[in-house]
Formats: sequence, C-alpha cells, structure tokens
Amino acid sequence: MSNLVEIRNLKFAYGERPILSDLQMDFPRGKVVAVMGGSGSGKTTILRLIGGLLTAQAGSITIDGTVVDTHDTDGLYKLRRRMGVLFQNGALFTDLSVFDNVAFPIREHSDLPESLIRDMVLMKLQAVGLRNAAYLKPTEVSGGMARRVALARAIALDPQLIMYDEPFAGLDPISMGVTANLIRNLNDALGSTSILVSHDVDESFSIADYVYFLSSGKIVAQGTPDEMRASTDPYVKQFVNAEADGPVPFHYPGKSLADDLGIGEKVRAAL
Amino acid sequence: MINAIGSLGYSLRMWLTNLGYATRMFVRMLGLSFGLLRRPRLITDQIHFIGNYSLVIIAVSGLFVGFVLGLQGYYTLNKYGSEQALGLLVALSLTRELGPVVTALLFAGRAGTSLTAEIGLMKAGEQLAAMEMMAVNPLQRVIAPRFWAGVISMPILAAIFSAVGVVGGYIVGVRMIGVDEGAFWSQMQGGVDVVKDVMNGVLKSVVFGFAVTFIALFQGYESQPTPEGVSRATTRTVVIASLTVLGLDFLLTALMFN
Repeated sequence: MSNLVEIRNLKFAYGERPILSDLQMDFPRGKVVAVMGGSGSGKTTILRLIGGLLTAQAGSITIDGTVVDTHDTDGLYKLRRRMGVLFQNGALFTDLSVFDNVAFPIREHSDLPESLIRDMVLMKLQAVGLRNAAYLKPTEVSGGMARRVALARAIALDPQLIMYDEPFAGLDPISMGVTANLIRNLNDALGSTSILVSHDVDESFSIADYVYFLSSGKIVAQGTPDEMRASTDPYVKQFVNAEADGPVPFHYPGKSLADDLGIGEKVRAAL
Repeated sequence: MINAIGSLGYSLRMWLTNLGYATRMFVRMLGLSFGLLRRPRLITDQIHFIGNYSLVIIAVSGLFVGFVLGLQGYYTLNKYGSEQALGLLVALSLTRELGPVVTALLFAGRAGTSLTAEIGLMKAGEQLAAMEMMAVNPLQRVIAPRFWAGVISMPILAAIFSAVGVVGGYIVGVRMIGVDEGAFWSQMQGGVDVVKDVMNGVLKSVVFGFAVTFIALFQGYESQPTPEGVSRATTRTVVIASLTVLGLDFLLTALMFN
C-alpha cells in the first residue's frame, strides 16, 4: 500500500530553538496514524508543516506525490482543498451558526444551489450527531459539541487527508469515546487518511492503525498499538503507563531547588 | 549614549520592517480585491456593520460640533459686525476640516478599534488559520471586504457629520441667538464652492478612510494572538490612526488650498 503523506529529513526550528530534526514519517492511505508525545515534543508543528502553515528549514513533505511548497500559494491552496483539519479548540467562526460553519467551505469552493448545500450540511451534522443543533451559535454549544461541529466542517468537502490536533483534550469520557469512534468511522466511510496528534494513550490506541512516539523533535518509537503496549523502550513505557520517573523529566531543566534556596553547596557536601 | 543610539536604531529598523510588512499586505490585498466584484455582498454586509453602527456617534458628535461652531462663530463675528456670515463660517469649517477630520478620529475610535479587536481575536482563536487550511485566503475573505467597506463608509459618514453640523449651527445661530435666517443660508450658498470646498473635503475623507481602515486591519492581522497582544494592538490603532489623520490633514490642506 502506498503512502499518502511522506516526510523526509525534515528539520524545523523556531529561531535558534530546534523543534524537529531529521524526521522521517510515512502515513499510509486509508489508515489512522497517531503521533504521540509529551507537550512541546513537536506534534502540532508536524501538522502545521504538512498543512503549509509553517515552512521547514530542510527536508520535504509530499502529499499524494506533490511536494508541499509554502512559496507556491496556488499550489498550496490546491493541496489544502484535499485536506481537513480539526484544530485543538475547534476554531469555529463565532459569528456564524453551526450550520453556516459547516456550509462555509462548501460555499467558498462550489457554486452549488443553497438547497443542495443544505442537504449536504445536514448530512454532515447527522454524521456527528448534531443535526438538531444546526441553528445554534458556537457559543451556545458545549466544548465537546463544538469539537464535533469542527469535525463536521473538516469533512465537509470529503477530504483525502484529515488531521486532528488534540481532538480529545478537555473532553469528558463520553465525549472522548464518541469523538474517537467518529474519527475511526469517518476515516473508513470516506476512505480518507487520518493523522491524529494526541497524548491520550487509551483513546488513540483504540482507533489507530500505527503509532509514532515523538520526543524532543525525534521519532523515539513506532509500531502498532499492540507493539507499543508491549514495548520495553523506557520512553514508551513511561508514556503508556503514565509513570513519573523515566527519560522524560517532570521538572524543566535548570538549577536545582537546593541551589535556588542557597544551600546547594551544603547539600552536595553532605552527599 | 551608545545605548540610546542603539535603541534608536532598533526602533527605526522595527518601524521600517513594519512598514515593509504593511506595504506587502496592502499590495496583496489590493490584488485580491478584484475577486470581491463577484461577491459584493461581502462588502455591503461590512458597510452595514462598520458604517451603520457608527452613524449614531457621528450624527450626535456632528450636532454638538455644529452647536459649538454656532456659538463661537457668533461671538467672534459679532465683534466685527459680520454675524450674517455665520452660515458661511459653519459650512466652510465643517466641509473643509471638521467634517473629514473629526469623523476620521471618531471612526478610528469606534470602528477602527472594533476591526482590530475582531481580527486579533479571530487570529487568537485560530479562525484565520482554519480559513487558510480550508484553502480560503483570509486577506480576500476577511480583510479586503472590511477595508473597502471602511473606504466607502468614511466619506458618507463625513457628509452626514457636516450636514448635521450645519443644522446644529443653524439651531444655535438662527433659532437661539437670532441671526437672520435668510443671511445664514444665502451667505452659505454663495460662499461655499462645490468643487473647491465640498469635493476636496470628500477627497480628504476618502484618503482618511484608506488610512484609518488599513491601519486598524493591519494592527489586528499582525497582533500577538494573546489577550495582551490584542489589547496593545487596539491601543496602537487609535494612536497611529489619529496621528496619521492629523498629519495627512495638514499635507492635504496644504496641497488643496495652497
């Protein structure tokens, strides 16, 4: 099976601060691939690079054989028409109703009659269980519902590639389970490829076909969810079992508490 | 001393960088504006939002400015026995200067801040990024319609300001103080030149419309996507737009009226 998205030798830094280094990733067609890692590991940056919102310093990203070139605006917009993105906070247009939010990409990219757009939008909202909330404003729906509206908007044009940025963050267990099932079902129904950026282990493992673990901008482990559960890699073990001790430090690197309190010398002498 | 020169150089470099960004954004926005010809509704919706909602503050301010002009004009002209020229003084003051300038300053405070905050919050809420990812250019879909709505609204609001101001001057001068009504209107009719006074005033307000609306949109678009960033951008809009209006007014007045 060929890959829809391929990342090769990718390097990205914010100024002097490196975020991703020499990254190699493949996203096979029709699969749900989870990209996992702690906060600040560079997960969301990967999505932004694939979408062309950021420009890499080196390396390449290809989508269905086409290189993502942020300097070619027309080419980039053509690629984006084949993508759907679910942003972490939904990023719904607050001045539009739920219905108009989902209709937005259809109206922008087609000259379809309003009656047909209405049917299409209602079908998308039906798929996420919010058909009866069509005429509410984004401020009138809960966080979980807003995420589902954003999902309906992301799939409005039946994209080839759907990217999810932390779709489970801040959701209650019921909404989390519903969202996870939606991601899997929509991926299979649309025949799309999904990239799921998350740090929620259980939900991501329940729907992903393949998992990448990212730490400090590098892939530290990869495999199927079952392989990851059985992994003896210290990073994967710490992450999957939510352990406090391991290669990922809890404290931000820097001076010790004893040094900050002015008793560093005494503590070191005592040791 | 060296630090002062260094910080001056840094400020100058930042100013030039911002000017470069603004110019590039302006040119790109103009290039994308042709697409709006197919969707004029995007502009008319914004004219309603920007222009219509500014109408009350513009009209009320125009009325009070007219009242003050009527009073001050009468006191000054009366010293020389030429209070009959009150209508001319009120009309010329409003059409040449106060109409375009005060409207632009009020517009910067009312609509400009609202535009900056709206765009800044759209950026902070990732709405602009979401639009980009839907292959919809925010410069064309969000910025350009608001820009043209501002440019169209400004001269209309300035005309309303001047008209209401003349009525204010009439109420105070004629109805309250007792200046001759016929002299008030006939002096105005005879002394105000449509091209030299009225059209130059309209031209001024169009230029102010370009400047104030673009400054507001640029500040919102380039704001830091945080509550503090949006707040700072909103303040910058009022300060920069107001100073730009006053500076442009001097330049335009010098050019138009020699």
